[in-house]
Amino acid sequence: MISLAGRDILHAWGKFVFTGVGLGLLIGVTLTMAGVYRGMVDDAQVLLDNSAADLWVVQKDTLGPYAEPSNLPDDTWRAVANIPGVANASNVTYLTMQVSSASGETRALVTGIANSGPGSSGWPLRLLAGRQVSKNHYEAVADIASGFKLGDSIQIRRNRYLIVGLTKRMVSSSGDPMIFIPLLDAQQAQFLKSNDAIAQNRRRISQNPIFNNPRNPEVLDAVLDLQESNTQVNAVLVQLKAQAEPKQVAEDMRRWLRLQVYDREQMEQILVGKLIATSARQILMFLVILAVVSAAIVAFIIYTLTMGKIREIAVLKLIGTHNKSIISMIIQQALALGIIGFMVGKIAATVWAPFFPKYVLLVTQDTITGLIAVLGMCVLASFVAIYAALRVDPADAVGG
Amino acid sequence: MPEFFKQKKLLAVFATMALLAAGFIWVLLSSGPLAKIKIVVTEVQEQRLEPALFGIGTVAARYNYRIASNNVGRATTLNADVGDKVEAGEILGIIDVVDLDEKINAQAALVERNKAQLNEAQTRLDYTGKQAERYRKLLPSRSVSEELDASKQHEWILARSQMRSATSELVRAQAEHLGLLALREDRYLRAPVSGLIIARHIDQGATVLAGQTVFELIDPQQLWIDVRFDQAGSMLLAEQQPTQIILRSQELQPHTGYVARLEWLADAVTEERRAKVMFTQQPNPAPSIGELAEVTVQLPQLASTPVIANAAIMRQAGTLGVWLLDDQQPFFQPVRIGRSDLAGNVQILSGLSAGQQVVLYSSKPLTTNSRVKRVKQLADTP
Repeated sequence: MISLAGRDILHAWGKFVFTGVGLGLLIGVTLTMAGVYRGMVDDAQVLLDNSAADLWVVQKDTLGPYAEPSNLPDDTWRAVANIPGVANASNVTYLTMQVSSASGETRALVTGIANSGPGSSGWPLRLLAGRQVSKNHYEAVADIASGFKLGDSIQIRRNRYLIVGLTKRMVSSSGDPMIFIPLLDAQQAQFLKSNDAIAQNRRRISQNPIFNNPRNPEVLDAVLDLQESNTQVNAVLVQLKAQAEPKQVAEDMRRWLRLQVYDREQMEQILVGKLIATSARQILMFLVILAVVSAAIVAFIIYTLTMGKIREIAVLKLIGTHNKSIISMIIQQALALGIIGFMVGKIAATVWAPFFPKYVLLVTQDTITGLIAVLGMCVLASFVAIYAALRVDPADAVGG
Repeated sequence: MPEFFKQKKLLAVFATMALLAAGFIWVLLSSGPLAKIKIVVTEVQEQRLEPALFGIGTVAARYNYRIASNNVGRATTLNADVGDKVEAGEILGIIDVVDLDEKINAQAALVERNKAQLNEAQTRLDYTGKQAERYRKLLPSRSVSEELDASKQHEWILARSQMRSATSELVRAQAEHLGLLALREDRYLRAPVSGLIIARHIDQGATVLAGQTVFELIDPQQLWIDVRFDQAGSMLLAEQQPTQIILRSQELQPHTGYVARLEWLADAVTEERRAKVMFTQQPNPAPSIGELAEVTVQLPQLASTPVIANAAIMRQAGTLGVWLLDDQQPFFQPVRIGRSDLAGNVQILSGLSAGQQVVLYSSKPLTTNSRVKRVKQLADTP
């Protein structure tokens, strides 16, 4: 049996392929937009995964440390570690700032990690190159998205740090690359004012006779020391023992330490449900519109393709071809177009995804849903074309 | 001819379809769940680690002399200023106590008066002594009454007491006079040792309080570094261990030194151990006091154990371990880790033996079902 669809496609192969490629690029954009949305949500979740924590202990009545500022004394972790069920607790600080190097500057989430060794909460989970921080000062591990290379020297506030390791997918909830530095340095960096500000502050305090009393010259030094030191951290990351019940341990901490504690589920709710909610919904809305527009364009293309050969269909009818054959031809062509479009779209989305400045996550499930949606749309769209084709009068084949 | 074109067209169709299919297959295999995870593998080495301890500190003078006045007074003369080198005993300034000379004069007059009183007491003692003796001799002959004799004896005793009192009073006045003279001598602020003036807290003409520091003096040849080390890993820190010192002002020129003192008092707030590190040879030019310095102390070599890079250590379900390869299939091996060095090598106390292949880097998180592909490196390294 002759494949009418195959013959027809072969007849206008160039036109068919170019239509498929055009359709594919549109599908590619839709898949990418889905990837952008997924990437945005994944950025938030990957931050929590990277923390390797079961519980986050933060300042009371705050949504810290990611969604709101949170400050805790840096010895809080001792009290936290004493709560039954806690395997270990580590201090952590987060500070989003511009980090500069000889090759330029980048916005990064500078994370202060406690000196508790690789595998601890807050530490980079895995590396692409180099090693983990081994000195307790002036070394850094950076995400590869920051553009820094091994051996680069970066400036954070007053000090220079040597990049000793590179990670991948260690980003903040807004997609900024993370840079891990020792906690003591991070505490200093977080509260270190500029030298000018410090000098002015010293002058201001030294002119206050209460602090600069000639009868007690030691007071001035003590006050200045106090002003320029920082013993605060942003959160304590807690890993629990295997048999511990996270909700119970969190409740104990809230009750006895009077601190705010979030478990993984709550933290995810804060990050995905509050922090990136609006921007994610924005992208989602755009994705929905794009999907609808794509579907409409697919329908138009198939309808136009069919209508373009309406005379040939009339001839087919004239020579006595069954309607079934004509329906089959149109559906086959629509599906072939859909498959070519989908393949081109998937290839295009995969090829251009890495060039996006923020993470684009192409999920297999989205791809399968996309394929089903494209094929379904093609079949649906071909119904309109079929309706038009079946209604054509065979006499049109010879008429004007 | 039409056949030729038809064949050509068919070829073009197949070529396009093959290209598309190849591209699609490439996409499926290079991303998504079917893609292989790229890994970099390393071998467990058997070696003796040379751990080192890294700390930061500030340059400080080993001896810091705060020269203060013992009196409240006015700094009438200040001979030295910051940066001056002074000799031991040199007069750095004079603190003028407003009424000190008058007090000395008054005290001198008091001494004179006490001397006169002593003379008077001595004369009275001599006279009453003789009188008492004479009356005692006359008593047997009944020329004087017993009462009169007793009276003369009493006067003599009183004169002796007065004499002792006047002597003491003179000694007191003289001592006070000497005290005031010493105070006058103390108005000179003298350098206790030869050294360098690093601070002058007041200017000429200002009033100073008793105990208020006027000058700070150091011995510039005796500089050391007040270093803070993390308490974790500082167990093997000991005096006389060799160190490398990098001053912030001389970043490219490391200096050598040694641990001169381990402090007994640790910093409980920052959880750091403190030590003093001396230069083997004092840097020239000398660093400024308070300058930041990085200090690396070389600790004794450890026993030979299996060693891996710290980048290979992962935590899975609360357990530390590494990913090993069993016929291209990764599996997680729990390990117990020991000490580490500054180059990022970690001792493996149990769980691994030398020669085993360990996953050092991976492009994605590994699971026991992951398909892996070994590569030389995952990111450009210089």
